[in-house]
Amino acid sequence: MSSRVGVVTFPGSLDDRDAARAVRVAGAEAVPLWHADTTLNGVDAVILPGGFSYGDYLRAGAIARFAPIMQAVVKAAHDGMPVLGICNGFQVLCESHLLPGALVRNDHRKFICRDQYLIVENAETAWTAGYRHGQEIVVPIKNGEGGYVADERVLDEIEAEGRVVVRYARDNPNGSLRDIAGITNDAGNVVGLMPHPEHAVEALTGAGADGLPFFSWAAP
Amino acid sequence: MSVDTVKAAKKSPKQEQPYTELGLKDDEYARIRELLGRRPTSSELTMYSVMWSEHCSYKSSKIHLRQLAEKAPQTDALLVGIGENAGVVDAGDGWAVTFKIESHNHPSFVEPYQGAATGVGGIVRDILTMGARPVAVMDSLRFGRVDAPDTARVLPGVVAGIGGYGNCLGLPNIGGEVSFDESYVGNPLVNALCVGVMRKDAIKLATAKGKGNKVILFGAKTGRDGIGGVSVLASATFQDGDAKRPSVQVGDPFAEKVLIECCQEIFAADLIVGIQDLGGAGLSCATTELASAGDGGMRIELDRVPLREASMSPEEVLASESQERMCAIVEPAKVDDFLTICRKWDVLATVIGEVTSTGRLQVVWHGELIVDVPPRTVAHEGPVYERPIEKPPEQEAYARHDGSKLRRPGKGDELRAALLKVVASPNVADKSWVTDQYDRYVLGNTVLAQPENAGMVRLSSDTTRGVAISVDGNGRYSLLDPYTGAQLALAEAYRNVASTGARPLAVTNCLNFGSPEDPGVMWQFREAVRGLADACQTLGVPVTGGNVSFYNQTGHTPILPTPIVGVLGVIDDVTRRVTHAFRSDGAQIYLLGDTRDELGGSEWMEAVHNFLGGRPPAVDLDRERLLADVMIEAAREGLIESAHDLSDAGLAAALVESCLHGGLGAHITVPGGADPFVFLFSESAGRAIVSVPRRMDDSFTDRCAQRGLPCTRIGVVDVLSPALEVAGQFDVPLTELRGAWSAPLRTLFG
Repeated sequence: MSSRVGVVTFPGSLDDRDAARAVRVAGAEAVPLWHADTTLNGVDAVILPGGFSYGDYLRAGAIARFAPIMQAVVKAAHDGMPVLGICNGFQVLCESHLLPGALVRNDHRKFICRDQYLIVENAETAWTAGYRHGQEIVVPIKNGEGGYVADERVLDEIEAEGRVVVRYARDNPNGSLRDIAGITNDAGNVVGLMPHPEHAVEALTGAGADGLPFFSWAAP
Repeated sequence: MSVDTVKAAKKSPKQEQPYTELGLKDDEYARIRELLGRRPTSSELTMYSVMWSEHCSYKSSKIHLRQLAEKAPQTDALLVGIGENAGVVDAGDGWAVTFKIESHNHPSFVEPYQGAATGVGGIVRDILTMGARPVAVMDSLRFGRVDAPDTARVLPGVVAGIGGYGNCLGLPNIGGEVSFDESYVGNPLVNALCVGVMRKDAIKLATAKGKGNKVILFGAKTGRDGIGGVSVLASATFQDGDAKRPSVQVGDPFAEKVLIECCQEIFAADLIVGIQDLGGAGLSCATTELASAGDGGMRIELDRVPLREASMSPEEVLASESQERMCAIVEPAKVDDFLTICRKWDVLATVIGEVTSTGRLQVVWHGELIVDVPPRTVAHEGPVYERPIEKPPEQEAYARHDGSKLRRPGKGDELRAALLKVVASPNVADKSWVTDQYDRYVLGNTVLAQPENAGMVRLSSDTTRGVAISVDGNGRYSLLDPYTGAQLALAEAYRNVASTGARPLAVTNCLNFGSPEDPGVMWQFREAVRGLADACQTLGVPVTGGNVSFYNQTGHTPILPTPIVGVLGVIDDVTRRVTHAFRSDGAQIYLLGDTRDELGGSEWMEAVHNFLGGRPPAVDLDRERLLADVMIEAAREGLIESAHDLSDAGLAAALVESCLHGGLGAHITVPGGADPFVFLFSESAGRAIVSVPRRMDDSFTDRCAQRGLPCTRIGVVDVLSPALEVAGQFDVPLTELRGAWSAPLRTLFG
């Protein structure tokens, strides 16, 4: 039986239907979750999708963190449920302290949308087990505030613990420190990344299908 | 603060009124008095002034625009034609698509970011109003010379504004065009297009029918922004930008995003009788248009409108162009359900009035009647002008000084240098500095986006059906000959859509011109409209809507006349779409159509000689149709791997783009007897290049022969040598081409 993967919609979420479609393309069941809900409806995993939740007012992800559903997500994450935050979802995970660091405005001060080379550096997380360590993939990025920052101590720590999941290859698109594109928590169940694997699940409408393994682990 | 009421107006017939400051002429004011049989109240005067503005009433353009409807070809494809918020086209299998383009030029000059952002917001609401889910945007932009200081101020702001709004709305930007000419300094053009999708039986119209039905205003609160936007900003020539800033609206894309989702639920639950967005002229427009299209009567309690600033006067409330607002007509029994959905999305919704059978729009402010008018007189019976028309004397000079004496490159290195120069001209160069700031992936249905010939989206993830759209226009051609220029704009957009494999079905247009009070500009306008109407008739594609933007001039110098034409086509299987990138080694490259020595208004003349003159390329619409038919058939049958239309900078630009996009080289041979320069740089219309895999070679050339389409083999795609080589003339490595092509905008704008 395939997994049931919840996709949260906040007001201002944009890639929620894309994430749900990626889950379906991979063969799992997508379950819509609403920001005002307080339970996770029995799902096996949760995706916080991209977008501009609550208009990104105050700070990207800062208000979404206080949405009723996030209490349930944080609790489930601590209990080991796989949680994936994409772009705005990554920002929400950082604001919720499920992941360290923060995302700041791109160093060139512009929104950027392009197909991006990435290196998978941790193929052991709940979401990246379908990749090989060191595999180069192409996944679109699209963000205005995608610069990953953390203090040196934290950066050294996540590097030492192998918690950098994906790193920008060939060209850093936004000034992220140490070219970090995505990270995971200690347990490897929570992953946040700025690139959008849900936009790389079919060649017709995306940048190839390199993003599919992020979702296919949940299939039977 | 005293409020001017209908009662007071009857009592003080001689009271002076500031109608000139509101943009009304003496005879227009006299006409309002005649219609009402008294002086208007100050609120009524406000409504008439904004609704009778050039922008809303089309008073200078109406008599010419009629022919777009009169000459419209008969077609089964059109579900809703010209006159509604947007046209609706039958996309097959029960699907309908709606699309429209609209200008936001003056606001984008005054405040580039907000001007462009709210341009996107406005056109998206027009599409939403039809009952559709907006699924993509694109835009057509014009700026002054790339190195002009004004361009450095305006361009980055406009691009950031389009991106900032569209990205936050979650709509993919699937293309468009950008070009530069010094006439646009101080008068940039920002024409925004949106396309939406719905089921055929879900089309909504702007009508207020059914006595007792409620009028609900929902979305953002009403503030003091954008007051007089349509009358003060859009309908006059101006120079002092700063003083007009309060007339520019301020956008909140987050509010619009939740409004879109809220409307989708409301549509799905079938809760409305009619719906209208609030854009230019705000509530004045929405209430009078809804009432005119319905039973004719409506009563509004204006003091119920939620305000951002409590001290706003009723005149300000009626004229405000605050963004992200909609107005719906709802049966009383469905009001609760309607309000529940709004609450779910945290969208403010207020019942502000109801439909009546009085035949009049009556507006009440704290119990006092301040507006009592027949709504049609405001919305549809504004003044109509037959402006003087005179062909400008310099038209003859353009034809005489045709550039035939300009030095042309001879052979080899000279051609190579010309190619690199043209490829690096801002009009031809890589636009990814612009388009990389737009999300093209969101919604997961984008099949083609910039830099392709046309944008293409799948209608939904559970169908293979899709639509392709291209917007085109060439101000230089239109200056030389506006009739032909408008036709060439249509022909190019039509050809671009067909080259992707989609069947062109309908047209939208945005006519950007100088002051209609200038007889020379009116001549350009009349000629362009006539050209467009005639060409639409011949090509069998009706105009479904659009808009006119006048007063695009600085002092007495108008912009290049710039009719922008958008063409929408339908493709039943998006997996059969054709891109413009060369794809496989050994594919044969064919030039379709005839190449003549046509360089009037060309990119080569502009880039190399900074010269504008001559005649634009000749138009042959029957040929355009034939070319389109062959490309569509070839795409469907899998005969071709790539197709690229030939337009600005002719074959040279098309070859460079097809090579660079595919990352593959090409060997080109100049056909026997042809002049290599004309071969590369002519802008003859009705042409395209296609690449054909070897196994399809005979089938494809047989098809062209059968259909009588000239088809010349000009070369072959070559994987092993990454260069564009023109045999016996020159070769340029792709790295050098890419450097020249991609540098200009990135270098200038950082």
